[in-house]
Amino acid sequence: MSMPALRRAGPASLGLSRLRANGAGITIAALLSLFILTPLVNVAIWAFTEIWRYPAVIPQKFGFRFWGDVLSRGDVHLAMTTSLSLAAIVTALSALICLPASYAFARMDFPGRNLFFMSFLTVYAFPKFGLYITIATIFLGLGLIGNFWGVVLIQLVSTLMFMVWIPVSAFQNVDRRQEEAARDAGASPLRVFWSITLPQVLPAISAAVLLTFVNTFYETEVAWLIGAPEVRTVPLLMVRFINSELVVQYGAVLSLLLWVPSFVLLMLVRRFLGAQALGRALGA
Amino acid sequence: MATLEIKNLSRLFGNTCAVDDLSLTIGDGELVCLLGPSGSGKSTVLRMIGGFEEPTAGAILIDGQDVTRVPPERRPTGMVFQSHALWTHMNVFANVAFGLKLRRLPKDEIRRRVNGSLATVGLEGYGERKTSQLSGGQQQRVALARSLVLEPKILLLDEPFASLDQHLRERLREEVREIQRRVGITMIFVTHGQDEALAIADRIAVMRDGRLEQLSRPDRLYRQPQTEFVAGFVGQMNLLQGAIRSNVMSVAGIDLPVALADGPATLALRPEDIALEKRGDDGGADVMRVTDFGTHLSIEVRTRCRQRLKIMAPPGTGWSAGMRATLSARKFSVYRDGKLCFMPQPCDVRPAAAA
Ligand SMILES: Nc1ncnc2c1ncn2[C@@H]1O[C@H](COP(=O)(O)OP(=O)(O)OP(=O)(O)O)[C@@H](O)[C@H]1O
Ligand SMILES: [Mg+2]
Repeated sequence: MSMPALRRAGPASLGLSRLRANGAGITIAALLSLFILTPLVNVAIWAFTEIWRYPAVIPQKFGFRFWGDVLSRGDVHLAMTTSLSLAAIVTALSALICLPASYAFARMDFPGRNLFFMSFLTVYAFPKFGLYITIATIFLGLGLIGNFWGVVLIQLVSTLMFMVWIPVSAFQNVDRRQEEAARDAGASPLRVFWSITLPQVLPAISAAVLLTFVNTFYETEVAWLIGAPEVRTVPLLMVRFINSELVVQYGAVLSLLLWVPSFVLLMLVRRFLGAQALGRALGA
Repeated sequence: MATLEIKNLSRLFGNTCAVDDLSLTIGDGELVCLLGPSGSGKSTVLRMIGGFEEPTAGAILIDGQDVTRVPPERRPTGMVFQSHALWTHMNVFANVAFGLKLRRLPKDEIRRRVNGSLATVGLEGYGERKTSQLSGGQQQRVALARSLVLEPKILLLDEPFASLDQHLRERLREEVREIQRRVGITMIFVTHGQDEALAIADRIAVMRDGRLEQLSRPDRLYRQPQTEFVAGFVGQMNLLQGAIRSNVMSVAGIDLPVALADGPATLALRPEDIALEKRGDDGGADVMRVTDFGTHLSIEVRTRCRQRLKIMAPPGTGWSAGMRATLSARKFSVYRDGKLCFMPQPCDVRPAAAA
């Protein structure tokens, strides 16, 4: 409820409505935690469990044995390196290509602009997996199957969505008059971009970068389709652990490990931009 | 301190002609108001002077130098935008300081000048506020301070006081006028407020459909409107369609001697130039409504030919609705084809005979 509305409502209903709002809030929060946190807690417990036999509510023995096991495995190291460098390279390349492109889409008028822009959309209108299969057959001919750079290339395609749409709308939302006012005050076009435009789109761009990184990091189907069997990312390794070895703890430990990079990134973005700005950027 | 010369300036947007062959010369330290209905091209003129809009044709000269193709950052102009255009990611202080920082002034001086400028617009102590935490009027004042602090040679103001209350508007208007006199800035001021224009302008340019209708001193603009449009646009005016026959224009029950060829014409009468006389019989007009403004009465009458007129009378003259009156004109002008074609010199004016 907005402030003026509250003020109109008077003191009596004020307390009541706040209570009602809180009640709804608590319910929603409780339901959310139930759905989100229960599996998470379960995974977290499993990761530190050494023995947990059926009827017991809590494990019989906690410990770090499986952490040692998982972390000492060569394939885990390799997969971690692969996943991190894949995500980093794809994000960097995507930013390099898409950010200037999104500025052009938002600000410049050139022949075929709308057609070009719509083509980004249509890629997402196709059933994704069908599209990937088609690309995979092309890649097969080019020898890009089972190749790290083949995976980079196809991941790049799937990041266009975040890296073009979000920044384009952000650039479009920057008030042109503000840029003109900066020119008026004596700033060169480059300086205007640096001091006026960029600070205003930075939250949205950070959000786009974050989404791209996290999405690439966790992506499985394309990585599997194009990369298998040579290129093995952490999620793929996890799938194999679960399929072949049936040690729950391996999966749980890897899940927690996977969770670390995205959590660190999210914290960084939050730290530098504030949750509010991030929300606004994604809402824009 | 600069002179501004605009030569045959035009700007097309697709098929609409926002500015049409406009020529205007503004002297050093002069304050010119642009007046005109919405969409008449005032902002477009200002934006072309500031360098934000490229003219389709024509030239702009500042101090004799052609700046038509010079980018805004290298023009000695400053602009206060119609929409404030404050930088929303900076606080008030940073907004005002931005241009000074670009000029690489020492920190102390920046602080001193920013605070001085904020004080001028009555916003001392607001430096740390975010722009979103300001009222509309406060935002406008920050925009004004931001431009003033750079002391441009030519200041362009696009309705800078639109969202201010009457008192603040008058105070800031005086403040701007004062700065303008002290620093000698040449100013172009777009406004919808005629009172504002009449109060502060050295000269007023009235625009219509991208063209300049009239450029004159405020008193002349009011007393001698050169076109029918200006006559109707500036101040209150009764415009009455009529005809001239044998050198007499008779309209609204008034006969006026007019030395013009026969034919249709428009008579323009200011409310304060019409004299009312009480009459019991059926002559003249019916008083429809009387509003007492304290300083004067505003009287609406309807003539026998069903034409409505606004008339201004001294207070306490005892007029009320339902009375009958005869009208006579102390001063009038006649327009034909939209142009002024007859205006008796003040000494020529004789009380016109009643009908
Ligand atoms: N960028 C633009 N594209 C197309 N037409 C425009 C553009 N800018 C202005 N116009 C048109 O040019 C004409 C003049 O506009 P302008 O903004 O100069 O009017 P104005 O006198 O400032 O009006 P107001 O008093 O409402 O601010 C209008 O008909 C407007 O629609
Ligand atoms: Mg305008």
